[in-house]
Amino acid sequence: MDTGSEAAVSEMLRSPMFEHRRNGKIRIKSHDKSNTAIKLLVVCLAVITVYAFATFDYKDIDIAEAVSITLHNIKVVFLEPKLNYDTFSGIMYQLLITFCLGVISTLFGAVLAFFCALLCAKNISSSFMANTIKSIVAVVRAVPTVLWVMIFAAAAGLGSVAAVIGLTFHSFAYLTKMYAEAIEEIDDGTIEALKASGASFWQIVCQAIIPASISSMVAWTFMRFEINFTNAVAMGAAAGAGGIGFNLYMAGSFYFDLNELGMITYVIVIAVILLECVSTKFKAKVK
Amino acid sequence: MSSKQMSVFKKRKYTYLAVFGAIAFLYLFSSFITKFNMEEGLIAFPNAAIWMAENLIPDEKAFERLPKIIDKLIETTLLSVAVTVVAAVFAFFFSLFGSKTTRINGAVNRAVRIIASFFRNVPDVVWAIILMFSFGQNILTGFFALFFTTFGLLTRAFIETIDEVSSSSIEALNAAGASFMQIVFQAIIPSAITSIITWVLFMIENNIRNSTLIGILTATGIGYLFDMYYKRLEFGSASLVVLSIVVLVIAIEMLSNLLRKVIR
Repeated sequence: MDTGSEAAVSEMLRSPMFEHRRNGKIRIKSHDKSNTAIKLLVVCLAVITVYAFATFDYKDIDIAEAVSITLHNIKVVFLEPKLNYDTFSGIMYQLLITFCLGVISTLFGAVLAFFCALLCAKNISSSFMANTIKSIVAVVRAVPTVLWVMIFAAAAGLGSVAAVIGLTFHSFAYLTKMYAEAIEEIDDGTIEALKASGASFWQIVCQAIIPASISSMVAWTFMRFEINFTNAVAMGAAAGAGGIGFNLYMAGSFYFDLNELGMITYVIVIAVILLECVSTKFKAKVK
Repeated sequence: MSSKQMSVFKKRKYTYLAVFGAIAFLYLFSSFITKFNMEEGLIAFPNAAIWMAENLIPDEKAFERLPKIIDKLIETTLLSVAVTVVAAVFAFFFSLFGSKTTRINGAVNRAVRIIASFFRNVPDVVWAIILMFSFGQNILTGFFALFFTTFGLLTRAFIETIDEVSSSSIEALNAAGASFMQIVFQAIIPSAITSIITWVLFMIENNIRNSTLIGILTATGIGYLFDMYYKRLEFGSASLVVLSIVVLVIAIEMLSNLLRKVIR
């Protein structure tokens, strides 16, 4: 046994989890409220899952056959990717469109969310205002993005406008919550000091709030951009909003071409992984 | 004000200007590529709001359909819970092989991480389309489409949790000669359970929203109901579907916030 492990054992034994019982044995379990709650929750989730499987309407599907077809299809999609209908440059252009839809909706969402977060952060706004805006934002966030896009497509006509407004709505609601939390974490002393020296609201915003919370705001914005990119792909497929998602939908549900589907999937997956890498590096730099 | 202080403010001003310029360029480029028109958007917005206020009000017919909507809503909730729980069980055992602290094998670690990243990054839309060919309009199409992405996401989350939370207790049990299963049940599960549950609750919430999208694509569940009313231009009923989803998502959000406070 090396000394490091020994230290770990003794540290573990000294922790409050290990009270000694009267007969000298170590009590290794703590019976508190949170432990019971966890056990209850796990049991509840298990029961719901079993109930769910028991009540699903499977429509007499032949599962063995379906699985074998699925495996075959997965093999074709991922091992034999090939473009039959689109050109590679065409796909890349559609990818750029999806990327740009993500950029615009993230930008709009971020700008709107910044002003809304100023109104609903508890430490710089009245609690009535904060609660009202937070409730509105929670409702906007509860509507799935695809429904926003479809609602705006019905109201304003299909096209980039509907896609951008729909994507913006959900990102705005998400970012408002995150920005407000970032602002609420700021040290009250800074804001109080500026207030005491007679700074105006906008001076407080520019000199205290933005410098103190910019790094976490940028991190959240980037995270939202990644989500918006995948959402933009999904919107193209489900709501006909254009971009590479639409090609995906056409290849799968219109041409029934699995090879094409595979190639487009690879393009999307590589783009998402690249975005993830860039945003991880960027976040590390901002911090 | 000294010159040094002055330069701090000047520097800040220049940084703000540069960032603003970069953002403006990004916006102009993107709106050129997507043919997005700001004026059109600004005009469309109030029109859309008026349209929504006029059309998106549940009518009498919609309330007659309420039992059907609630039926599908319950199905969607059960589906997202079942998907998340099953995916969490698989992801947990999978993540044991991907965590550095369990010290299984460097190559296995890397393989697990790559597989998880693959499942995480292939969009659920693609899974839905592939599964549509073999499972058709079946609840299992939605189940597996959500399962694959949830599995990928939870595997990464659990690997990070296990790495963070339990290295010293694993070391201690290892030193005391515990077996692999003993380590899992005595060290890893107790120390990681709160964050595992937090992740599971988060994914249940997420999957309810995602299953709407999958439902629209695969013609199942609550998404199909919305899509059907929407395409028949029965916006009264469609809006009732949206409202019921809002109520469900907010209820689940409140419930999981409460649970998170209790288990902390």
